[in-house]
Amino acid sequence: MIRRIAVPDTERCVGCQICMYACSMRYGDGGLERSALIVKSLGGFERGFAVVVCRACEDPPCAASCPEGALIVREHGGVRLLSSKCTGCMICISACSLGAIFWDREKGKPIVCTYCGICAKHCPHNVLIVEEVS
Amino acid sequence: MDDSLFRVLKIDLSKMDFSVEIRKELFLRYLGGVGVGVKLFEEELDKNSDPLGSGNVIVLAVGAMTALYPFASKTVAIFRSPLTGNYGESHAGGRSAAAIRMAGYGAIVIKGAADHPVYLDIDEESVRFRDARALWGMKTDITGRVIRERAGKEGFRSIIRIGPAGERLIRYSSAVVETYRHFGRLGIGAVMGSKKLKAIVISGRRTIKVEDKVGYRRIYEKIFSESKGEFMKKYHDLGTPMNVMPLNEIGALPTMNLKHNRFDKAYDISGESIASKRLGRRLACSHCPTACIHIAALREPYEEEPYFYKTEFVSYDYEPIYALGSMLGIGDVDGLLKLIKEVDRLGLDAISTGVVLSWATEALERGILRKEDVIVDLKWGDYEKYIEAVNLIVKGENEFYKYMGLGVEAVAAKYGGLDFALSFGGNEMAGYHTGPAAYATNITGARHSHLDSAGYSLDQEMLKEGKMLSPADIAINLFEEESWRQVLCSLVVCLFSRKIYKPDVVRECLEPLGLRLSEENLVEIGREILISKNKIKEDLGFSFDRIRLPRRIFEIDTPLGRLDEGKLMEIVRKFRELLKS
Repeated sequence: MIRRIAVPDTERCVGCQICMYACSMRYGDGGLERSALIVKSLGGFERGFAVVVCRACEDPPCAASCPEGALIVREHGGVRLLSSKCTGCMICISACSLGAIFWDREKGKPIVCTYCGICAKHCPHNVLIVEEVS
Repeated sequence: MDDSLFRVLKIDLSKMDFSVEIRKELFLRYLGGVGVGVKLFEEELDKNSDPLGSGNVIVLAVGAMTALYPFASKTVAIFRSPLTGNYGESHAGGRSAAAIRMAGYGAIVIKGAADHPVYLDIDEESVRFRDARALWGMKTDITGRVIRERAGKEGFRSIIRIGPAGERLIRYSSAVVETYRHFGRLGIGAVMGSKKLKAIVISGRRTIKVEDKVGYRRIYEKIFSESKGEFMKKYHDLGTPMNVMPLNEIGALPTMNLKHNRFDKAYDISGESIASKRLGRRLACSHCPTACIHIAALREPYEEEPYFYKTEFVSYDYEPIYALGSMLGIGDVDGLLKLIKEVDRLGLDAISTGVVLSWATEALERGILRKEDVIVDLKWGDYEKYIEAVNLIVKGENEFYKYMGLGVEAVAAKYGGLDFALSFGGNEMAGYHTGPAAYATNITGARHSHLDSAGYSLDQEMLKEGKMLSPADIAINLFEEESWRQVLCSLVVCLFSRKIYKPDVVRECLEPLGLRLSEENLVEIGREILISKNKIKEDLGFSFDRIRLPRRIFEIDTPLGRLDEGKLMEIVRKFRELLKS
């Protein structure tokens, strides 16, 4: 059984970005640099939002593309970043078709969702949920 | 304290140059927002310059809690108002505050004037002066679309822009933020227009360091859980238009230029009615769990071709509903939404526009204005005529419309009808005929805005409790309220969350950031800022002795009875004493 983040209905999103603030806060600080997800408008707020977050692929292209083996594939999907192996080549970022891997300019490493659920816990409108998959 | 807040970006449009100054002491003393903004404004303003001259300055400021706590979503803009000639201050949300802080600034000062239209593109690395000649003349919605396509950085960006109204120096033009939020009131749009500044796009991403991570997380979670409370829920459910029905019921909804205090079609334009018929989406400012922004979806046919439709989106709030709805006798919800949309696109302030048009309608009705001057036959409820008229204002079609673009006081001073020209300190009034405290706010508030000290709220409390405070007590209440709001507007939190951010909570929020201030310190800072603002106003020529009171407000009952001018002025006298003490 693994956890992953799901977005059953993006139309519920009001664009508050609290998920992004909550995600950044997992290291204890504020701001948005370390968010592992992004909420962006679809060309004007009235058209709604894209909520881009790792969907824990069963066969993740990011892990397949990593030349250092720094992205470990979890059983049932998703990846775990082994920071010590990562050389910061950024290939995983372009490998993700969703654009769900971000870049931490302060650490020079990718930001990969850990499926902790802090975003879903803070989402005021139930846009993001934590799913258990087996 | 994270030192990115202390950075002040100074942009000179005349020289197309910028610099960054570190103002640590200033931010530590005044927290950001209005507190810091007022000081920067005082330092940078050329007091001899016309508000539309290059010596005017625009200060944008965010605060110590921006990008750290829920509801700290507002940016404060300070400038000399071309509408009143005096102190101008306006607040907007959207993503503006987060973007400014994420770009690495606590404040931005814009001075000088460009020699051709430009827009500013600000990020963490640089400031770019981009050519806006091709954008000049564009309405606010299209301007946003064009810049959005070019700017990139989705999700981390804010676009502040003006429309034709600002370009043509209509004294009450606004700047639109993220299509549905505004720096309204007092004419910041015209100041940007006078500087040939079409837009500002700003973006960034960063970590804001806190000193006590555990403490920060603890107080964050406390505020987050309180944000789900009843007080915020009403803003989420119906949004600010929830006020239409209660104000109408008590007889405080200014209608048809305040010839009446109730509108027989109030329900049709109420929050309840618009939500049930037209609400298409709710939106939030960055870091706001409440999502008070209500967007109506308006499906309209193109008349010339069958089965050819467009769907437009219009943000509606209480103030535009009052000013462009009840004040103009418009009860047709789609007509009202079309008018709001047009006002928005042109980049006009909705409140001032509505008050100017309602004055003109009454003046025409009374025969004070000549039909050939007004061109369109303005009639209560006829929204199509009002849509034509707002375009004539922006065009400056003839001498009459040029005066209309200067504000209700200027046009009434020229053509007559000052007694029913509803402005205070030169600023058109907001939609609360609730009683003496509301009007005392209009007179004494630093911006002559209902939000300065919220007398309308005090009036409604007095009504509910059936207990009238003395003029002196009303003054004390308003003074304390306006003082405390200076703290909230320095931090800069949305005033809708004021019941969460009480002095003890604010103190707790600031501690983990490394700012240790007692509740007394905070209250004292608020008073000091309020007093500084009033000093600046005096320097710029304001005097309480010259305040004009439109007679109309004394002719129509408020829920607390007919206004008594003597008692109203007693509140003002006491307020002045408090400012001096």
